[in-house]
Amino acid sequence: MKYLTEYRDASIALPLIERIRKTATRPWTLMEVCGGQTHTIVRQGLDELLDGAVEMIHGPGCPVCVTPLEQIDKALQLAARPGVIFTSFGDMLRVPGSDCDLQQVRARGGQVRIVYSPLDALALAQRNPESEVVFFAVGFETTAPANAMAVWRARELGVTNFSVLVSHVTVPPAIRAIMQSPGNRVQGFLAAGHVCAVMGWSEYEPLAEQYKIPIVVTGFEPLDILEGILMAVQQLEDGRNEVENQYVRSVRREGTPPARARIEDVFELADRKWRGIGEIPMSGLRLREEFAAFDAERKFGLGGITVNEPAECRAGDVLTGRLKPPLCAAFGTRCTPEHPLGALMVSSEGACAAYYHIAKHRGAAPAGVMA
Amino acid sequence: MTAIEIAGLVCAMPITVVDRVQLGHGSGGRMSATLLSERFLSHLSNDALAQLGDGSVVSVAGAEIVISTDTFVVSPLEFPGGDIGSLAVHGTLNDVAMMGARPVCLTAGFVLEEGLPIDVLDRIVRSMSEAARRAGVPVVAGDTKVVERGKADGLYVNTTAIGAADPDFRPGPTRARAGDLIITSAALGRHGMAIMAAREGLAFESTITSDSACLVELVEGLKAARVDVHVLRDPTRGGAASALNEIASASRVGIEIDEHALPVPDDVRAACEMLGLDPLYVANEGVLLAFVPPAEAARALEILQSYELGADAVCIGRVVDAHPGLVALRTSLGGTRIVDLLPGDQLPRIC
Repeated sequence: MKYLTEYRDASIALPLIERIRKTATRPWTLMEVCGGQTHTIVRQGLDELLDGAVEMIHGPGCPVCVTPLEQIDKALQLAARPGVIFTSFGDMLRVPGSDCDLQQVRARGGQVRIVYSPLDALALAQRNPESEVVFFAVGFETTAPANAMAVWRARELGVTNFSVLVSHVTVPPAIRAIMQSPGNRVQGFLAAGHVCAVMGWSEYEPLAEQYKIPIVVTGFEPLDILEGILMAVQQLEDGRNEVENQYVRSVRREGTPPARARIEDVFELADRKWRGIGEIPMSGLRLREEFAAFDAERKFGLGGITVNEPAECRAGDVLTGRLKPPLCAAFGTRCTPEHPLGALMVSSEGACAAYYHIAKHRGAAPAGVMA
Repeated sequence: MTAIEIAGLVCAMPITVVDRVQLGHGSGGRMSATLLSERFLSHLSNDALAQLGDGSVVSVAGAEIVISTDTFVVSPLEFPGGDIGSLAVHGTLNDVAMMGARPVCLTAGFVLEEGLPIDVLDRIVRSMSEAARRAGVPVVAGDTKVVERGKADGLYVNTTAIGAADPDFRPGPTRARAGDLIITSAALGRHGMAIMAAREGLAFESTITSDSACLVELVEGLKAARVDVHVLRDPTRGGAASALNEIASASRVGIEIDEHALPVPDDVRAACEMLGLDPLYVANEGVLLAFVPPAEAARALEILQSYELGADAVCIGRVVDAHPGLVALRTSLGGTRIVDLLPGDQLPRIC
């Protein structure tokens, strides 16, 4: 298929893997920031193919994983209100809040709908003037322009029954947090291609300089990721720490100025909580004052809700590469795919689940597990 | 800026203990399996039901018959490539055929919603009648109920089929053996994506059509040639991935499939890529998976390919001794990943 099969060609990928193995004179540890890249790495088994040369640590770039409990609880409360149609991207529906998730709210009678674009949510508001339509605006800089656009259009069209529950976060503060965390093992980053398609990469240059790490803007297909890894490994071997662009077909240094401008128009930088991490200063976006009428938190008076994160699962240590899943006390006993303690054990792409299955695969079933 | 301690990063974990029925309970994944075993089998189980096949073999006055039932709640009622009427015939006949039996008659029970246009009902019943006629299986009993507006999605249909079992042709989910090759009779993912595109009003370059079709002739072809088929399964809701997982568990064997061999139409693949879905988990309504010993594979393929419905039949993997209960996929690049049962519905991904 055009633009897909070209980037999954084994006859190019296998020599690339060989080159990475030959280039790496020692094992290097890289982090891919984005959940989409993690998806490709695990789906294609790239981590297995690079074993011994490059260790990939799966970063906190999955909006589903980092949206804080507090915002989820606000979403659940809104979705349960009579007269509210709560709209969201599909995979937020199974993210649990303190006591339930959006699927359960729907089962109890809440109006929860999956949309594929925030503009669909706006259209839903126009078709249902007697209801309040709320869109759950989550994600990194990738989803921010469309979410900003929906708010902008709502104001332009004078739609008053539309609002957004904002939980936007940005990548550079996350990279900073990881580099400053005690015991950090990450030696280089694959930056998220789609985020950089919007934002460009100039904001990564000070990070590469300050922390002496290579950062390679990388796409999402297997060949993109392998090439990104090769570029990062080459830099590490050369002792360079630059921002390089692998994803040249989509990303320019300045990003997409009209999209950045629309984000600027509607949002401003703000402190944000991250699930499990807590608050990172100036790491997210909130609506500007002039768009307060579209802010669901203000419209429905949700400001008073604050929730603390539970901390029994050590997913954070796994995500930062400080803990291998089998060394976690709960692994394979209290934490299994059937009864997970954390998301890493839930999704078949999660690091813990991957280890769990590989262990079963090799006949070395973890304790307490039916092989 | 102060250093940030990331020790407690807790990722989102789905809630699996619930007090009400959710849509995910109808997904064909782990939630469906739990509902079935904890809420139904705990009360209703008996030897026939415990087989957990597509239907059951029961003895009636000395004759062995196969019986299977299925309820259809698809929305929209009419979709590219089919409608709920023909689907309700194909789906249940296919379930009987997967037991190795030849279907002989059908029943149909309708729940109609007040306000359903009569011409829509006419089209659907006509389509049902044509599908039954083509399969040569008459509808011999039926029932109709009407509920108030808002209490059903236009109409729901339940169909039950009875078939004549063949003592010499008895494929079953527990019969997969190491060495068996796995054949799919057609490309994967068409029905689910056709429905999703129609339901969500998603426009792609071409219209994806459902593969809804009656598979009886394919099975009768394999049977007539006395191919030693170990397992037959039509991978409906939950897709090929869920069907293979069920077989791997039931037969206590490992399954390996090859990504490069999986037939997925370009339009289905493109739609799946766009929505972040995996075609392996998308429903099919006109595909069968056959497990056959290696010596029989070429003959089975040849027979399937001689039918229009099986023209694209191809081998997608094999049964192995290793990792019993698990389905592993060899990626095109030579890596491996586990193809697990999903907890509930496959939800479109953000990233």
